[in-house]
Amino acid sequence: MERYVFYIVALIMIVFAIASVSSRKMLRSVIYLLFVLVGIAAIFFLIDYNFLAAVQLTVYAGGIIVLMIFSVLLVHHIEMKLEVAKVSKRILTATTCAIGVGVFVASIYSYDFNVVEKATTTTTAQIGAGLLSYESGGFILPFEVISVLLLAAMIGAIIIAKGKKLEDGRQETGD
Amino acid sequence: MNISLSITKSIHDWLYNIMPEGAASIVEMVLIGLVYLAIFAIAGLFLVLLERRVAAWFQLRIGPNRVGFQGLLQTMADALKLLSKELTGTVKADKFLYNLAPYFVIISSLMALAVIPFTKEFHAFDINIGIFFLIAVSSIGVIGILLGGWASNNKFALIGAMRSGVQTISYELSIGLSLLTMILITGSLQLSEIVEVQKSGWLIVQGHVPAIIAFMIYMIAGTAETNRAPFDMVEAESELGAGFHTEYSGMKFAYFFLAEFINMFLIAAIATTIFFGGWLSPFGITESIPWLGVLWFLGKTLTLVFLMMWFRWTFPRLRVDQLLTLEWKYLLPINLVNIVIMAIIVWLNLTIQI
Repeated sequence: MERYVFYIVALIMIVFAIASVSSRKMLRSVIYLLFVLVGIAAIFFLIDYNFLAAVQLTVYAGGIIVLMIFSVLLVHHIEMKLEVAKVSKRILTATTCAIGVGVFVASIYSYDFNVVEKATTTTTAQIGAGLLSYESGGFILPFEVISVLLLAAMIGAIIIAKGKKLEDGRQETGD
Repeated sequence: MNISLSITKSIHDWLYNIMPEGAASIVEMVLIGLVYLAIFAIAGLFLVLLERRVAAWFQLRIGPNRVGFQGLLQTMADALKLLSKELTGTVKADKFLYNLAPYFVIISSLMALAVIPFTKEFHAFDINIGIFFLIAVSSIGVIGILLGGWASNNKFALIGAMRSGVQTISYELSIGLSLLTMILITGSLQLSEIVEVQKSGWLIVQGHVPAIIAFMIYMIAGTAETNRAPFDMVEAESELGAGFHTEYSGMKFAYFFLAEFINMFLIAAIATTIFFGGWLSPFGITESIPWLGVLWFLGKTLTLVFLMMWFRWTFPRLRVDQLLTLEWKYLLPINLVNIVIMAIIVWLNLTIQI
């Protein structure tokens, strides 16, 4: 049964991934991309990795797609369709994509995967302990590096959003 | 004694007797899905009726009271009327996205409904990341509103949708953080375990001061998340017509409308589960009769729903800038400090255990 669910989800993901890059309407592409991301979450649920599935839904489906829809809605001529590229460019893109797919498929098939018969689901407590452990196999260093990176990104965003410095005493009207 | 369990168990045995295992499990999934759809429709319809009666009560009117006893069938009649209505659309709108939008809203609230523990047995999907799943799923509903607003090809609908996006993204933070405050006590995200923890006192009692602060923040943010007054800038009637669903008619309008009420029920149900012990009775007075749990659960949930309706008919609508100030300058900092206080309380074992 799980095999059929996997094939159905995979088929949906492939169809919508192709639709996402071939659609000429901007907002529709975003929605097709949303379906692909939800499909990835479904795969995570299928392999019983609930935490990552929920992260996928929150961060990608709920966060990034909403931000993308926002930015698409703010674009001026949203109803305009994408121009079709020249034939030579399309051929070039198609060959590059084919090479990329070839590399992926070749490397996946050359790797000998271990099939785990009895998989146990990871609990949140285990993930938290793993993130904070500094022994071997712990992730404290990447965790800290990422938090510093996020802090830097946040400060940068605030600086950009604030714009020009205020002149002392006199408020400047932003344009 | 254990009525709900014995019914489901006998159906389960009967199904496995008459057909092979794979087919039986699929039939069971379909049956559970149908049960939840029925709950969804009935709860939605009667919450609409409740809202109208409460509104009438607050405004010294009687409210719907002609169709059926005390107007009980009024919303059923309304639903029949909506079913028979013509589905209109706007020219030059994206028909595909226009038709798709209501399903985002309704599916996200249906998925959230699946993880709510009505009683110990009546719990469709007891996932080990329960609360996180709820937060994740509820963040998808806003896509439906944004799409519906844009695909209507109507300026008012678009403004409503943009406001909704801003509002939901901001207040989701507060919902998540206030629930996280309570997770510090339970130590688990699984909803059934959270209810079990509360056998030694509901969490709002166990966590005393920070729990009450978290509850207040949760209710404010929850009201904002469901786009209800006083946070109903999304469909501010005096400014935007009906907001993002101005152009929707018939059943598609009903989907948005039902989903809004189900979301209100969900917010109240989550608050019941996290703060008020879910299906547990106060001081365990009906612990020997487990099926009474569903009555306790619905009683607590409907009390909180009534509280939200009370908000709606009491407070005036906020402006957009006031709404954002409330979230980013007050609720969020209070919430962050609150988490630290809660962590200290849990660390020093200062929780109240009955």
